[in-house]
Amino acid sequence: MGFFRAALVVMMKDLRAEVRTKEAINASLGFAVVILVLFSFAFDPEADTTKAISGGLLWIVFAFAGALVLNRSFARELPNDCLDALVAAPISGAALFLGKALANYVLVLAVELVSLPVFGVFYNVRWTSRFGELMLVLALGTWGLTVIGTVFSALTVNIRLREVMLPMLTYPILTPALMAAMRLTMELIVGNAIGPETARWLRMLIGFDVVYTAVSLFLVETVLVG
Amino acid sequence: MSAVAVEGVWKFYGDFPALRDIHLQADAGACLALIGRNGAGKTTLLRAIAGFSRPGRGKILIFGNEPRATETRRRIGFIGHGISVYDELSALENLLLYARLYGLPDPRARALEWLERTGLERVRDGLVREFSRGMRQRLAVARAFLHDPSVLLLDEPFTALDDRAIAVLQHLLRDALARGKTIVMSTHQLREALELASHVALLVRGKVAFHGPCTAEMAADPGLVYARYGEG
Repeated sequence: MGFFRAALVVMMKDLRAEVRTKEAINASLGFAVVILVLFSFAFDPEADTTKAISGGLLWIVFAFAGALVLNRSFARELPNDCLDALVAAPISGAALFLGKALANYVLVLAVELVSLPVFGVFYNVRWTSRFGELMLVLALGTWGLTVIGTVFSALTVNIRLREVMLPMLTYPILTPALMAAMRLTMELIVGNAIGPETARWLRMLIGFDVVYTAVSLFLVETVLVG
Repeated sequence: MSAVAVEGVWKFYGDFPALRDIHLQADAGACLALIGRNGAGKTTLLRAIAGFSRPGRGKILIFGNEPRATETRRRIGFIGHGISVYDELSALENLLLYARLYGLPDPRARALEWLERTGLERVRDGLVREFSRGMRQRLAVARAFLHDPSVLLLDEPFTALDDRAIAVLQHLLRDALARGKTIVMSTHQLREALELASHVALLVRGKVAFHGPCTAEMAADPGLVYARYGEG
């Protein structure tokens, strides 16, 4: 079976299972909306400083809400020892990883897209003014979050405190990507285009995604089998 | 060439050697029963043969290739302690998933064929979480046999099975042996295992205490190997 076809089969399996149970998406979406609403009461929506930090706040919410989806990624395979059957199947570990990462990407992106209008309303931000560029940053930042989260989800799947360990391992590595995504989002939310100054952050985000995707695809077989 | 060859395998958990210099082999068409007390290393050995973990020392070959080779994995069927099917998918969806992952030519036809062979065709669209334990076990058997593997690795295959599932599994295993497939199974249910086994290996504290053909004497008195070669 081809690499991408195998990844697609794994992705569809994960999405179908999640659509049936809704255990990760409900928790993640609920968390994201509640945090956005609660923080909106802490800041004055009219103040410029609020708008300036709201991009950062948005990515903190995405990172924490995303962890709830990513925690379930390989943990979903634990009941009935399903991970054994996936590892035994004649597909590469990289295809298995990519399938899971793509499924997580769709789920985290869905949570983010629902959260954005909530963010716009409660923070009085016209987040659609640079819609295309914002979607690009969202797509790149979310892929970085998903790749790192999925590979650490595989690494921590058999650890008893995996819900705690996953964020502890993921966030330090994600820091450069989150910094870049926050800086870019802050500019885009206040209506500034990506210029020569901010383009450096965009290049950093792309570089992060490329490097960590390649490293994860290379290492995942060792992570799964040892 | 042996279907399964285990050559000087050691496996460590930290400093503890769970497997110690294991040498075993099973030819095509043979059924090797791995027996031993709890903690003797049966599951560890089966998982290493299946390619779920790598040995610390030594090597394992399946038809001359290492277990993690893609072509080798295509030839292995594994039943472990878990049923390895998804509760939130239907029986048909589960088998379709594995049929696609194994690259079978007509996944739907193969999945339907195995649902029928295991008596699950009437509940094919039912979610596995709604199945009885026996139905789940039969689905696990269908999953393991779906791609017509040349080597079957079975970890306690008769444990917790209902009578119907035992009958289905025994029929399938006899049929597989008749078609020249190789079976390596760990078991505590000696009577069922020795009825099928052509060879027996007794593991004691991670070492092979006995490895040889399963004689009529052993089949008649399943405790004989323990009494003669075990630790009493």
